Amino acid sequence: MSAVSPNARAKQKPKSESLWLDTWKQFVKHKGAVVGMIVFFIIVFSTIFGPMIYRIDPQYNDLRARNQGPTLAHPLGTDNLGRDLLAANLAGGRISLAVGLVAMLISIGLGTVIGVSSGYFPRLDGILMRLTDMFLALPLLPLLLVAIMLFRDSLRSLVGPETGIFLLIVVLIGVTSWMNTARIVRGEVLAVKEREFVTAASALGSQNNRIMWQHILPNVLSPILVSAALGMASAIITESALSFLGLGFPSDVPTWGRLLFDGKDFLSLTPLRVVWPGIAISLVVISVNFMGDGLRDALDPRLRTKG
Amino acid sequence: MFQYIVRRILIAIPTLLVISFVIFTILDLAPSDPTGNLPLSIPQEVKEQIRKSLGLDQPFHIRYLKWTRQFFIDEPLALVENVTGIKFPGSEKRTRIDSWSTHSSVIDLIFQRMPQTLWVVGMAYVLGILIAIPVGVLSAYRQYSIFDQLGTFISLIGFSVPTFFTGLLAIVIFSVKLKWFPSVYDTTLVVQDWASFVKQLKQMVMPVTVLAFFNASQLSRFMRSSMLDNLTQDYARTARSKGLQERAVVLGHVLRNSLIPVVTLIALGIPGIFGGAIITEQIFRINGLGDLLIKGIQNADIPLVQTLTFIFAVLIVIFNIFADLAYGLLDPRIRYG
Repeated sequence: MSAVSPNARAKQKPKSESLWLDTWKQFVKHKGAVVGMIVFFIIVFSTIFGPMIYRIDPQYNDLRARNQGPTLAHPLGTDNLGRDLLAANLAGGRISLAVGLVAMLISIGLGTVIGVSSGYFPRLDGILMRLTDMFLALPLLPLLLVAIMLFRDSLRSLVGPETGIFLLIVVLIGVTSWMNTARIVRGEVLAVKEREFVTAASALGSQNNRIMWQHILPNVLSPILVSAALGMASAIITESALSFLGLGFPSDVPTWGRLLFDGKDFLSLTPLRVVWPGIAISLVVISVNFMGDGLRDALDPRLRTKG
Repeated sequence: MFQYIVRRILIAIPTLLVISFVIFTILDLAPSDPTGNLPLSIPQEVKEQIRKSLGLDQPFHIRYLKWTRQFFIDEPLALVENVTGIKFPGSEKRTRIDSWSTHSSVIDLIFQRMPQTLWVVGMAYVLGILIAIPVGVLSAYRQYSIFDQLGTFISLIGFSVPTFFTGLLAIVIFSVKLKWFPSVYDTTLVVQDWASFVKQLKQMVMPVTVLAFFNASQLSRFMRSSMLDNLTQDYARTARSKGLQERAVVLGHVLRNSLIPVVTLIALGIPGIFGGAIITEQIFRINGLGDLLIKGIQNADIPLVQTLTFIFAVLIVIFNIFADLAYGLLDPRIRYG
């Protein structure tokens, strides 16, 4: 490493690479991350396009074919009301993944705004960090359960069953999971804002807002990206856990977690019913975690393996 | 050090008061009416009487102050009285927090349910630690070996796969197919002889294994990276170059230093035991604290849920302080200013 001075290295490699191309090159070196990405996109694409090809209504009750194992007509079997499990899992995956994505965006957005403001404005730092500490001291799972119980019915009547519960769960998960991102971003901002280019920008007369979003944010993007990947995995798990406890999505809008919850009373009759959604959740979370690992290694030059 | 402890406790008190207010307010918003489930034949006046007897006719701030007094003063005193038998003056005037659905003291209910949770979830935590530390040490010491690669792969899977899936899978395999273990945890079982002890062990195997696997996966990753940080430090090289045995270097010097952040994490994770119990207890139908909470939420038993949730919060705050203190005690480089 130290044998080649930075100048010599620049001469060796005349073609400069953009940060993203470089990151991508590092990312594809991580075998787990590549496999994870492939698995993840297969699942995402099959939940998006699967229902267009496999055209069985997940709500249709084929009462003659109840509690079946895998057959030709129903590749993953049917549930106790004769509903096709493949269709249910594909439809459920759409909602589970959408919840994970939107909840992650809310949580990352909140965490970034709070972290950047708290790192950049010393006056806000104290109060925002106390708020973060308080959120970290709240027992979140019980409060999530309670909040869902409180607002489920009113939101359901307000904007309809599907959108209501979706909005509620997404917002609740987002609002209760921003704390780690905020802390990491704050720490990075505190370090970056003392650097010369920030002083230069402010000496050139840049406004606070411009310095924050144009100069500091791009430099703290890598930890945000990594926590976005991990945040999506944990949002999917939280949603499944809530649905598994019977306080998430209702039976008529099943997600993977709800399918597990509905299937757990039929373990001796149709054990495969809990296996499909369980494998789906696990595969998504494992692949996202592997991608997060790969992304962290790719974005952190100190972790790079030589050659 | 002493000053630091006092300051932390002084900060913890307003934090807990704010949290108690937040929890109380959120639950107080509940649209549920404790008389809503009563038969329609009961006249309206009687329902009013019931609401009055539950103290629901009083304004919000009075109810909140009453609840905090019950929680912070009356309940601890009642606890001391029950344990020691000493009567404090005014004990007949004090009221305890009563559950709406069972009409017994919430604290008593919690003490009834605590052993089940502690046995299963607590044991899984201890077992997880016992597995994670040697695995993490070996993984780091033989970095990139087959053991390390297998270990990191399994631990990544272990903490990615949610316990509600591994638990159900274990039930399908070991109790439905193989019929080795019972799928429902029998909490009425009293261990009095060898046969009932074996039965107790058998029903504990699955929940404890599933949770321990999950805990060990998380912890072994931290243990590994902490060991890796320390193995390359100067002091490790110094210890080797002065002729210490490899065993003494790794176990005596590196391990001791690597354990510092891990011990903090273990302390921070203890309140999480109770949160994790909520899900585990639903899978294996154990009637511990998590089950109590879920039942309370389903029955809209507001005082029970308020108190239990707040106790979880108190545990989080207390173990945060413990973790910081442990950090200072174990690492003399840390000075409390």
